[in-house]
Amino acid sequence: MKFRKTIFSATVVRGVISVVSLLVLWEAGSRLHILFLSAVPAPSEVISSLEKIIRNGKFWNDWLASYWRVAEGFIAAQIIGVPLGLAMAMNRNFYNFVFSPLEVLRPIPPLAWVPTAIIFWPTTELSIAFVIFLGAFFTVVLNVLGGARNIDERMLRAAASFGSRKSDIFWKIILPSTLPSIFTGMAVGMGITWEVVVAAEMIAGKSGLGYLTWASYVGGNYPQIIVGMISIGIAGYLSSALIRFVGKKVTPWQRQQ
Amino acid sequence: MTNSNLLVVDRISKSFNLGSVREPVLDQCSFTLEEGRLTVLIGPSGCGKSTLVNVLAGYEGVDAGEVRMLGEPVRGPGSDRLVVFQESALFQWMTTYENIIYGPTVMRKRPRAEIHNDAMRLLEKIGLTEFKDKYPGQLSGGMQRRAELARAMIANPKIMMLDEPFRGLDAMTRDLMQEYFLRLYEERQQTVLFVTSEIDEAIFLADRVLIMSNRPGHIKHVIEIDLPRPRTADIFTSQVYLKYKQEALEVLHAEAVKAFSAGSKAAADFLAGYAAQEENISKQ
Repeated sequence: MKFRKTIFSATVVRGVISVVSLLVLWEAGSRLHILFLSAVPAPSEVISSLEKIIRNGKFWNDWLASYWRVAEGFIAAQIIGVPLGLAMAMNRNFYNFVFSPLEVLRPIPPLAWVPTAIIFWPTTELSIAFVIFLGAFFTVVLNVLGGARNIDERMLRAAASFGSRKSDIFWKIILPSTLPSIFTGMAVGMGITWEVVVAAEMIAGKSGLGYLTWASYVGGNYPQIIVGMISIGIAGYLSSALIRFVGKKVTPWQRQQ
Repeated sequence: MTNSNLLVVDRISKSFNLGSVREPVLDQCSFTLEEGRLTVLIGPSGCGKSTLVNVLAGYEGVDAGEVRMLGEPVRGPGSDRLVVFQESALFQWMTTYENIIYGPTVMRKRPRAEIHNDAMRLLEKIGLTEFKDKYPGQLSGGMQRRAELARAMIANPKIMMLDEPFRGLDAMTRDLMQEYFLRLYEERQQTVLFVTSEIDEAIFLADRVLIMSNRPGHIKHVIEIDLPRPRTADIFTSQVYLKYKQEALEVLHAEAVKAFSAGSKAAADFLAGYAAQEENISKQ
């Protein structure tokens, strides 16, 4: 009974109605040649071509390729960005040393790095991973830095009073109090990462969901463009959902306040 | 009773930069904390009470004078002097239990099992056994204060300093907290410095009341409170209690008058309250 109740809750019903209406409008617009929709394949066309696309192993390889690149760039951004942000928050001299170049490089859009990256890195694959890394990196550093600097002075004083060692202050006070900001940075960074991977694949890729979408356009397979776009949407959503899930697990005190 | 002086505050002065002006906060402030006694520091708002606590804790330095703990000058924070703050400084990312065991855990002097037993006993004393796995954000204001008391007490500091710990709680919770606190104190007989701006709270809890002057702060008057322990709310109606209250009010009143001539809003409020209190006492 409880299961049925959550499935048919008002929120879910409204959501389903909204999605279905959108599909109906799209179908109608495409069939009746309303404005730009005349050039867009109708949902029915997309669905009928879907089976063939999904059965083709190449489609799943494209999923895998994009996910793999995102994972590489994103994880590298965490491994370098989180300690860098923490170190900047803990040490004034280091902060002064690193902050200026970071602030100059930060406003450069990741895609502007593509030519340099291709010249600099030995393989295209590495260049793409590098550009993805940049997309997440600055957001991660700034969030970690902000979080670690905003820690309540009273917490540090209390910790100092109890005779905490430097390592206790870092592992038991600064790091956990920064975790929520780290995950905020991760969630935002993950969003940017997917934007970047798709664009980078369109420019320089030989595989991936961005490449699939662009190649479908070039090859005139219009339903496959839509499949590619929706795949990117789903892939991005799943990645963010994973971050949110892990974030909630490791910061349980953030719930029910 | 032999009163050995655990902590000596020796003519300390301190100023802050307020814009381009040096604003003196503490001026030649001297007093002592006697071992095993509960000393309450009371004074008008803004008289430098919190600054004084920060200095004793070692969070801030002084311009002149010295604080000595067992003869040794205080140079920084230490686990022999713990502070319970006005607002909760519980670690938000730790459960009640984890907060309480934090001090002894990082001190690494006692075995884990002993720390655990001590924590469980304290949790029971403060009525938070059921809430030991909750996070501070899930506790009420009163529970947070109790958890914080326990976190300080388990570390067994030589001196525990409480800076208006019950401020901001509603009257009922505040009364309860005072009784909780007295019960814990009367059991352990730790040396305590309790800072407050409430006269009733001061006399109810104290062995000794130190009354502070207006800013720049120093100790204006000391009252030894000779009321029996364990104390209950009954003492509020006793003649001795009223005599102490009268004495404290007179000193505070004199300070408020001085501040009032300097144009302080807080002092004006105090004078209005004082007039009402005086009337009540003379009626009784």
